Amino acid sequence: MTENEPLLSVHNMEKHFPVTKGLFKRQVGAVKAVDGISFEVYKGETLGLVGESGCGKSTTGRLVTRLLEPTAGKVFFEGQDISHMSQGHLRPLRRDMQMIFQDPYSSLNPRHTVGAIVGAPFRIQGVQTEHGVKKAVQDILERVGLNPEHYNRYPHEFSGGQRQRIGIARTLALKPKLIIADEPVSALDVSIQAQVVNLLEDLQKELDLTYVVIAHDLSVVRHISDRVAVMYLGKIVEIADRKQLYSSPMHPYTNALLSAVPVPDPRAGRGRERIRLTGDVPSPLNPPPACRFHTRCWKAQDICKKVEPPLEELAGGHRVACHFPENAPEPAKAAPAVPAQE
Amino acid sequence: MTAPLDVSGSASEAHPESVLAGAGKAIQGRSLTRIAWMRLRRDKVALTGGAVVVLLILVSIFSSPIISAFGHPPLEFHQDAIDPNTLLPKGAFGGVGSEYLLGVEPINGRDIFSRIVAGAWVSLLIGFLATLVSVVIGTTLGVIAGYFGGWVDQVIGRLMDVFLAFPLLVFAIALAGVIPDHGFGLEGNGLRIAMLIFIIGFFSWPSIGRIVRGQTLSLREREFVDAARSLGARNGYILFREVLPNLMAPILVYATLLIPTNILFEAALSFLGVGINPPTPTWGGMLSEAVRFYTLPHFVLFPGLAIFITVLAFNLFGDGLRDAFDPRAH
Ligand SMILES: Nc1ncnc2c1ncn2[C@@H]1O[C@H](COP(=O)(O)OP(=O)(O)O)[C@@H](O)[C@H]1O
Ligand code: SF4
Ligand SMILES: [Mg+2]
Repeated sequence: MTENEPLLSVHNMEKHFPVTKGLFKRQVGAVKAVDGISFEVYKGETLGLVGESGCGKSTTGRLVTRLLEPTAGKVFFEGQDISHMSQGHLRPLRRDMQMIFQDPYSSLNPRHTVGAIVGAPFRIQGVQTEHGVKKAVQDILERVGLNPEHYNRYPHEFSGGQRQRIGIARTLALKPKLIIADEPVSALDVSIQAQVVNLLEDLQKELDLTYVVIAHDLSVVRHISDRVAVMYLGKIVEIADRKQLYSSPMHPYTNALLSAVPVPDPRAGRGRERIRLTGDVPSPLNPPPACRFHTRCWKAQDICKKVEPPLEELAGGHRVACHFPENAPEPAKAAPAVPAQE
Repeated sequence: MTAPLDVSGSASEAHPESVLAGAGKAIQGRSLTRIAWMRLRRDKVALTGGAVVVLLILVSIFSSPIISAFGHPPLEFHQDAIDPNTLLPKGAFGGVGSEYLLGVEPINGRDIFSRIVAGAWVSLLIGFLATLVSVVIGTTLGVIAGYFGGWVDQVIGRLMDVFLAFPLLVFAIALAGVIPDHGFGLEGNGLRIAMLIFIIGFFSWPSIGRIVRGQTLSLREREFVDAARSLGARNGYILFREVLPNLMAPILVYATLLIPTNILFEAALSFLGVGINPPTPTWGGMLSEAVRFYTLPHFVLFPGLAIFITVLAFNLFGDGLRDAFDPRAH
């Protein structure tokens, strides 16, 4: 699956939000929401993007869909550099790239009917439909498991899960290639989460979709992802095939996240001690130097505070940014030499 | 005010399947406006206010037939109703009776009922049209400031501050005092009414502008705006199709609450003698003549009551509208 050209490719992408002060808006700092990340998404796959709240996942999604413009770095969609493309030039590309939003109560305009919401993509993009917009919308509603007769209803007449289905229907209207789902089930009842995740999976098979699914813990994306990237404070700390990441996580942060996940098979969980992360996530306004995780890492050494660990491939397709990775294959396990001045 | 229909929360989440049972026809949803209307219909106080407002509008439209049926022409003198020695109205309580429903004015004996009925349209016309002017200016500038932010917002924000800090009454007095007799194809009180509408409307837009700006600021951050943008929508589409429909309710509510303020403002200007010129009857003008005759309570009371009831009715209706559209505001 990963042999072909990437559909989406991100190189050293950064987004710093300026923090200003006073009457003249003097810049006094920057929130480094995304601070130099690189990854690829291949056609037909699902990339899970996981990290604690505030680590820059939504910002990543907004950069990729160009709701935000990156401060530095590049975003390629189907080989085309869209990092600083004007909104006018982006418009035709937007058909191929859609976003599912986290909050099903904020993502649907309360004054519009379901028909108007799901039909909006056709109107905005000026797309002609064979049997009219209404028929097209009703087909999509049916496809996401909603009653097509609910065309004239308003969002407040639906439950959270149904609303999220309406949001999904809207993204499908233009038959996109890539869908960024920003915590698509976080706002939903646990009992409904699985249904929506299953719907996303079914749609992927039927419509040949490529997903980036964002989540704040590793349990939601476990089932749906082909590969998983773990983010911490604006950086990707580990990215690997799902199997490798869940069975032999290398980054201490990933280990910590995984130990917080309920294990479906108790035998698989045996031998993995529970790691409790202590301390708060540092502020992205002033992140710790070098390895950003060193303030909370139980393996931290002096070098972690001085030298930033690069995101290196330690096994096939398994990249990690840590000086002392766990589960690493033999050659990498040797601790790097401590700088001479120590 | 209790909300029998809560828009959010699990209790109100429809279960469309149960509605659907046995029905094959298209399902009509209930818009937020319809829900607000259903809520308003249960609010007796607001409905009373609304009924009075409708009554006032009808009175001002049909003032001529009403006056010919129940009174005398508003400009007609009635020396027969005046005691020639004291120049005060004959009879008890300013001549209130079946001939003159609300009595007559001292000295010239004009019919107070007719003058109040005839004065209604000036108050309502200026109240409505001045509000329309401020709604148009306030909404346009408020939406632009809130949506585009940055220096545009700064400039409009400062402009609002300047207008709010302006000694409006002093300025209005000065300006209304120098309105010429002719201009813009209008003359006399026609021109004065047009100018008053403009002056009052032009100076009361910041209150609506601020509300609209604040609402736009919060709407802009809602995810449905991002959704439209990620579909390739232009600013015009987002402003008119996504943002503006959500502003209609607050604009309607605050416009309803601004009308009585503007009616009071016109009354104040006419009271001070810089509004509508006599002999055209206005409630403010009648009050200002009446204060010289403080021994005649009816003369002050009836125009005062007319203003009071009108302002109260609009406020009650506006408060009811606000509760209906936003039951959780309190
Ligand atoms: N528009 C913005 N302006 C300033 N700071 C922002 C903005 N959007 C996000 N941030 C900050 O960037 C960081 C990452 O936010 P976000 O991408 O939403 O995180 P996540 O989705 O992982 O919870 C947070 O600290 C957040 O406060
Ligand atoms: S580099 Fe050091 S501090 Fe950072 S995760 Fe690895 S061991 Fe922990
Ligand atoms: Mg987020």
